[in-house]
Amino acid sequence: MQSIQLAFSDWLIIAIYFGIVLGLGFYLKRYTKNENDFFLAGRKNSSWVAGLAFLSANLGALELLGMTGNTFKYGMYVAHFYWIGAIPAMIFLGLYMMPFYYSAKIKSVPGYLKLRFDEKTRVLNGIAFGVMTLLVSGINLYAMALVLHTFLGWDWNVSMWISAATVAAYVTLSGLLSAIFTEIIQFFLIWFGLFLVSILGIVEIGSVNEIFQRVDELYKTVSYTTLWSSSSDPSLNGMVITWGGIVLGLGFVLSFGYWTTDFLVVQRAFSAKDLRAARMTPILASFFKMAVPFIVILTGLIAIVLANDPKSGFALAQDGSQVNYDSALPLLIARYYPPGLVGLGVTALLAGFMAGQAGNISAFNTVWTYDIYQSVINKKASDAHLLWMGRAATVVGILISLVTAYWAKSFPSIMDYMQAIFSWVNAPLFATMLLGMFVRWITPNAAFWGLLAGMGSSFTLFLAVKFSWIEGSLITLSSAASDQAANFWRAWWAWLICFVVTIVLSFFTKRKPDEELVGLVKGLTPEVSTAGVAWHRRPGFYAILSIIVLIALNVYFW
Amino acid sequence: MEQEQKQMKPIWYFVGLMLSAMGAVILISGIVNYSDTEVAKTVLSELHPALWWGAVMIVAGLIFLLANRKTTVE
Repeated sequence: MQSIQLAFSDWLIIAIYFGIVLGLGFYLKRYTKNENDFFLAGRKNSSWVAGLAFLSANLGALELLGMTGNTFKYGMYVAHFYWIGAIPAMIFLGLYMMPFYYSAKIKSVPGYLKLRFDEKTRVLNGIAFGVMTLLVSGINLYAMALVLHTFLGWDWNVSMWISAATVAAYVTLSGLLSAIFTEIIQFFLIWFGLFLVSILGIVEIGSVNEIFQRVDELYKTVSYTTLWSSSSDPSLNGMVITWGGIVLGLGFVLSFGYWTTDFLVVQRAFSAKDLRAARMTPILASFFKMAVPFIVILTGLIAIVLANDPKSGFALAQDGSQVNYDSALPLLIARYYPPGLVGLGVTALLAGFMAGQAGNISAFNTVWTYDIYQSVINKKASDAHLLWMGRAATVVGILISLVTAYWAKSFPSIMDYMQAIFSWVNAPLFATMLLGMFVRWITPNAAFWGLLAGMGSSFTLFLAVKFSWIEGSLITLSSAASDQAANFWRAWWAWLICFVVTIVLSFFTKRKPDEELVGLVKGLTPEVSTAGVAWHRRPGFYAILSIIVLIALNVYFW
Repeated sequence: MEQEQKQMKPIWYFVGLMLSAMGAVILISGIVNYSDTEVAKTVLSELHPALWWGAVMIVAGLIFLLANRKTTVE
């Protein structure tokens, strides 16, 4: 395809973005005095700052491009990722899990595993998280260079090295605080830079109703515009999945596994100034999360309508004989945006990539420093040494990401494993966390072996289907299932195996004394009281509001 | 040191700075290309999206800037 040409004004917009993020790194360095500042942003953020960063850490450009492309491919079922696949988990984190996380004064999620169980479970999760994070970070870097090369004709090496060096500079200077600040910058860039595509798409086609009607006319037997009414039979919807797979795999395991245990997002809540702000962090983020489909789903549906209208002259890019679904959003930007606005759209995507990179690296440097380096290698490290180690880990983490990115470039099918990676690490971890926080008789050895069994089984199931050792339908309980459906179901089985193994082994192994579990487990921890707090300041009030909006959206698009 | 710690501007100030600066570039670009149909040959270019979207960004940016011009956080 022909590259999108940038004008002087577009380059100026990109330069402003780089100037702002690098300037922020230098500006915030003077407020980064100790390890608490570097790894936890001084624990002084408001719920708004932490909440927007919590959401943005997940709102990478790869997700925006991928989900718009997925909407083109699967239809509106992709909205499940933003609604049932996120909101209940975010609310649960804020209301029920955050008191344990925040009150324990831990610096990372593996840090909780150390307190609740033991060192080996912490190190197991720390290593798994570290490897996953650097892998994802490298794949993101490769994906960014791929997008910039495909749509703008930019050189691979220049794209990767400049963005990696910029992220390394500002995260090394001021740690989590600069990562959080740039995530908020990214949030505004994404809304101002990409929502206009939806607006102009609606204007061109006529109305939102017109978009839905035209998609329905195109797909008469398979629904691309509903959420639940076509979920009783996989052949009735574009994602080829039943409601069971959505609810158990995505809505329960993958969603709770990601939103409640993935340190990349949870770390943002740890930076909140007090427990109330930490609890409000994911709850506030849930409202903005529910709004993201108004960019990604809408532009995906707009792309379907335009691509099927010969008069529009719009078609997705082709990679050989394969349709490049991820090209939908960049091609719509090229279609509607004049000079200046093109720069804004490109900057929004760049910001999404770079902030995602910074998020991964700031989570990695914390887990490496505390859960691997201090825990295994140097138990007596001073605070100043840990701060130095955090900065060194940032630079090394970025270099490993670059190596991974070059590896991904020579082995592009690695991209297919992105979704699968989360089901290997996060899905079983959610079972361990759930049992650890809410059942006091779960034992350290049971947690370790349960987690290992869950991670191992998920990985084995992946390989077994990949190399046809077993039929995929054994996992998905259906002869017709997409790759997405297989991911959802594998996550469910990994969770279940970890859950059952942990419970069974707990009957035969030694539990921790109750006095060591105070503040870490329900029943041994004082309940968070909101007595005396005005109703409109209670996290529970906003959680109920969020659930009401969630139900309304699901009913409206049923 | 204490004084320095108290003088940190909130992130909303920088958001305002960025939106205003980018909005100004987009608005000026929209004005420059207003009648140049060759340069701005995009679908719906007759609506001049750069003009009004640039203006929207400037207004949003100024709101953030003005609301936080004297605010500092610890």
